[in-house]
Amino acid sequence: MSGPLVRFEPEPERYEFSAGPMHHFDLARRDFFKFLGAGIAVFAVAKDSLAKQETAPTHGFHQEELPKDITAWLHIGEDGKVTAFTGKVEIGQNIRTSLAQTVADELRVPFDSVTMVTADTALTPFDFGTVGSRSMPTMSPQLRRVSAAARDLLVGAAAKEWNVAAEGLTAADGKVTNPATGRSLRYAELARGKTLAQNLPVEDPVTPAEQWTIAGKPIPKKDGRAFVTGKHQYTPDLQRPGMLHGKVLRPPSFGATLTSFDAKAAQAMSGVVIVHDGDFIGTAAANERDANKALEAIHAEWKEVPQTSSKELFSYLKQNAKAGGNDRTRRTKGSVEDGLSSAAHRSDATYTIAFIAHAPLEPRAALAEWSDGKLTVWTGSQRPFAVRDELAHVFHVSESNVRVIVPDTGAAYGGKHTGDAALEAARLARAAGHPVKVVWTREEEFTWAYFRPAGVIEIKSGIAADGTLTAWEFHNYNSGMSAIDTPYTVPNQHIEFHATECPLRSGSYRGLAATANFFARESHMDDLARAAQEDPLKFRLKNLSEPRLRAVFEAAAKSFGWPRKKTQEGQGFGIAGGAEKGGYVATCAEVAVDRTSGAVRVVRLTTAFECGAIVNPDGLRNQVIGANIQGLGGALFEAMEFENGRITNPRFSSYRVPRFRDVPEIEAVLLDRKDLPPAGAGETPIMGVAPAIGNAIFDATGTRLRSLPMAPHGVPLAKT
Amino acid sequence: MAKPVQLEINGKRYTVQSDPETPLLFALRDELGLTGTKYGCGEGQCGACTVLVGGTPRRSCQIPVSAAAAKPITTIEGLEKDGRLHAVQEAFLDEGAFQCAYCTSGMIMSSVGLLSTNPSPTSAEIVKSLQGNICRCGTHPRIIEAVHRAAKAMQERAR
Repeated sequence: MSGPLVRFEPEPERYEFSAGPMHHFDLARRDFFKFLGAGIAVFAVAKDSLAKQETAPTHGFHQEELPKDITAWLHIGEDGKVTAFTGKVEIGQNIRTSLAQTVADELRVPFDSVTMVTADTALTPFDFGTVGSRSMPTMSPQLRRVSAAARDLLVGAAAKEWNVAAEGLTAADGKVTNPATGRSLRYAELARGKTLAQNLPVEDPVTPAEQWTIAGKPIPKKDGRAFVTGKHQYTPDLQRPGMLHGKVLRPPSFGATLTSFDAKAAQAMSGVVIVHDGDFIGTAAANERDANKALEAIHAEWKEVPQTSSKELFSYLKQNAKAGGNDRTRRTKGSVEDGLSSAAHRSDATYTIAFIAHAPLEPRAALAEWSDGKLTVWTGSQRPFAVRDELAHVFHVSESNVRVIVPDTGAAYGGKHTGDAALEAARLARAAGHPVKVVWTREEEFTWAYFRPAGVIEIKSGIAADGTLTAWEFHNYNSGMSAIDTPYTVPNQHIEFHATECPLRSGSYRGLAATANFFARESHMDDLARAAQEDPLKFRLKNLSEPRLRAVFEAAAKSFGWPRKKTQEGQGFGIAGGAEKGGYVATCAEVAVDRTSGAVRVVRLTTAFECGAIVNPDGLRNQVIGANIQGLGGALFEAMEFENGRITNPRFSSYRVPRFRDVPEIEAVLLDRKDLPPAGAGETPIMGVAPAIGNAIFDATGTRLRSLPMAPHGVPLAKT
Repeated sequence: MAKPVQLEINGKRYTVQSDPETPLLFALRDELGLTGTKYGCGEGQCGACTVLVGGTPRRSCQIPVSAAAAKPITTIEGLEKDGRLHAVQEAFLDEGAFQCAYCTSGMIMSSVGLLSTNPSPTSAEIVKSLQGNICRCGTHPRIIEAVHRAAKAMQERAR
C-alpha cells in the first residue's frame, strides 16, 4: 500500500491549480485533547515529517508534493466513540461512508460508532484537495494504518491492565479479549482517563482485503436519513445571526473592464450595503431580492474587448498553440515515419472536443463571517485548504485566522477547486460588518465557473497486413494530457500535448482530458479495425498486452454478449476502453438511430471496471452508473456556446443535460481484485462511454462522428 | 409595505412578510428556514425546488407567494409523521437512490405527487413524471427502483 511519500503532480489541464502556493499545516500548537476530551489518539505522521518540499514550476507545469507530516488522525473517546479526521470532502462520491467503513473494519468496531470529521481547516489535517480520484488510494490506507495503530494501543493498554503479554489478546467488536481467561474490556473502558497519543509507526501491518468484515460490504450512506428528510444543510442552506445575502455585479462579457459606475440610486436604498473594490462591485441586503434590486440600480460602464466565439473555436486553438514543450508533454518511441511507410494501411483523422460545464446542482456558494479579525467561511469546495490560503492571501490575514468548513456538498465533478464564491462572500461580509452568504445563480454558474477544456486531437496511424499497429502519432491541442498515451502495443509512437491560448476559463472536470483522449483513440481504433476487417474487440486484444485492461474488455464483452447480431434497422453496437488513475475500464454500447430524423437513443451500456480491492460495492456501483450517465451527456449533446464574450446557453433550458428519458439500461460489471490496493473510482468509468457510443453510431449508420458532442441535433445521415 | 400573505405549510399556518411577488422557494428558504427545498435553476427546469401545492407537484421557484396562499403546501420537511418516514423517503434510503443528494428533496416530492394520483406506475410513467427533475450525479435507475419500491410499500400499508 502507499508509503509515506505521496507525490501529486497535477495534470497540465488542471489550469485552475496554477495559482497560489501551498502551505504547511502545523499541528503542534493544537491542544488536541482539550478539544476532543480524554481518550486515545493516533496521528498519521511520517518519520521524516515537516520536510515539505515544493518544486518550482518547470516548463510551465506546477509540481507539488503533499505535506508529509500529518495526513489523518483518529480519536477514541471515553465513551468508546471513534472520530476520524480527514481533510477530504464529501461531494456525493460517498467517502464519508467508505472511509468510515475502513476505520471500523481495521479498528474492529461497529460501523455506527465511527464518525468522520471532514474538510474543516481548523479540525482536520492538511489535504491538497479531493481531486484526481485520490481519496481511496491515499486516504483509505492511511486511515487503515492509523486504525491499526490505535488498535495496538488498545490491546497494549488491556495487556497492561491484566498484566499479561499483548500477544494472544484479540480485538473485536469494540473490545479487547483475553481468550485464555475469557475476560474482556471495552475500548471505552480502556480509553477512560487516558490522554494517550501516538504517532503512527512508519509501517504497520493492516488487514488484507480477504479478511475485511465491514469494508467491502454495501453499507448504506452515512446520515442518509438527513438527506431524505431535507435536514442536511448544504452551504446555501446555512444561516447565521444577522446574515445578509450578497450579490455580485458581473461584467457583460469576458475580459470586460469597469470604466465608470454610479451607485447613488442603490446607496439611497435602506438596508443595502454597496461594496466597490477595484473591478469588484457587490451588494448585500437582508434578503436576496433587495440585494438584487440594489445591483440593478447600479449603473456601470464597461469596456469590452473582442472575444473568440464557439464557431471559430477549433481553428483558434490550432492557430494559437504555444511553442515549446518538454519530456512531460512529448514522448517518442521508434520512428513514426518508418512505421507509416511500412504500413499496409494508413489512416489520419482530426477530432474535436467542446467546452462543457460541470453544472453541479448545488451552485457555488459561500457564507462568510468575520469576528475579531478572524474569518470563517462555509463553502462547497473540493479544496478547503487552498481556499483558506486564497482567503488569507487576498485579505492579508494569517492562515491561522481563517477557517474554511465544507458541509457535505451537492456535487462538484472537478468544478469546485477554486474559492470564487468564498472570496466574494468574505469581501462583502467585511464591508457589511455582518455575515454574508453568496449563492451563485444557475446563469452565473454556467458563465463564471470554469469549463472542461475544449480541444483538437490529430491522429496518424498505420497497421500491418496482419492487423498489428505499426505507427501511432497523436497530438492533443489544449484539452490535456490525461490518458494521452496509448495502452496498445505500437513500436513507433509520437505523442504530444500542445498548450494553446484558450478563450474560456478552463479547469478540471471529472476524468480530465482522458475522456477526450479516449474518444479520439478509441474512435480511431474502431476505424482501423474496420480497415483490417476485424471485429473491433478482437482487433484491440490483438494489439493489447496489459492483462488488467484485457480483463475488463473481456468482462464487458461477455456480459454484453459481444459480438451481437443486429436485429433491427438503425441498431448498432460499439466497444471502447482504456486505463487511467489506476483503474481499468471497458464499455459496450447499443444505440438505436432513427433513419429518418437521425435521432440517437442509447439503448444499453455495459461498463466493466476494475479498481483493485473494492471497499464498498454499492457505492462503487452508484459511481460507475453515474459516470456512465454523465458521460452520455458530454458524448451526445452537452456543449457551451459563446459569442462576443457571452455564454449564449447559460441555462438548463438551453444547455441540455441527461434526464430520465435519456438514461439507457446500464450494467456495471465490477471486477474485485482483492490482491491489489484500492484505486479511485470517481472518474475512470466515464471515459469509455463517448467512444463506445460513437462506435455504435458508426456501426448503425456508417457515419463516423469525430466531434464531442456527437449528435446535439441527431446524426447527420447521408442522403440515400 | 405589501400585505402579509398567509400560507399553510405542512399543516401549520405561517404569515409571510416577503413581497407577494417573491417566489415561494425564497419565502420557504430565507424567511421560514425551510431549507429542505433547494434552489437549482430558478427557471423551473431542474425540479430541485419541487413542493406539493394542493397535493400537486409544483416548482416553487415559479410560483409567487401570493399565488400559493390558496392551497395547502407540503415540503420535504412535512413528509415525516411522528418520527416515521414517508414510504418514498424509506424507499430512497433502501435503494441508496442518491449520490450528492442535492436533488433528492425534489425527486421525493415529485414521486410523492405521482404516487398520489397513480399508485402503481410503470417505469415509463415514472420516467415521464420525473423528466423535469435533474439528477446530475446519474442516479436515475435507482430513483426509478425507489419509486417502484415505495409504490409497493404504500399498497401493502393500505391493505
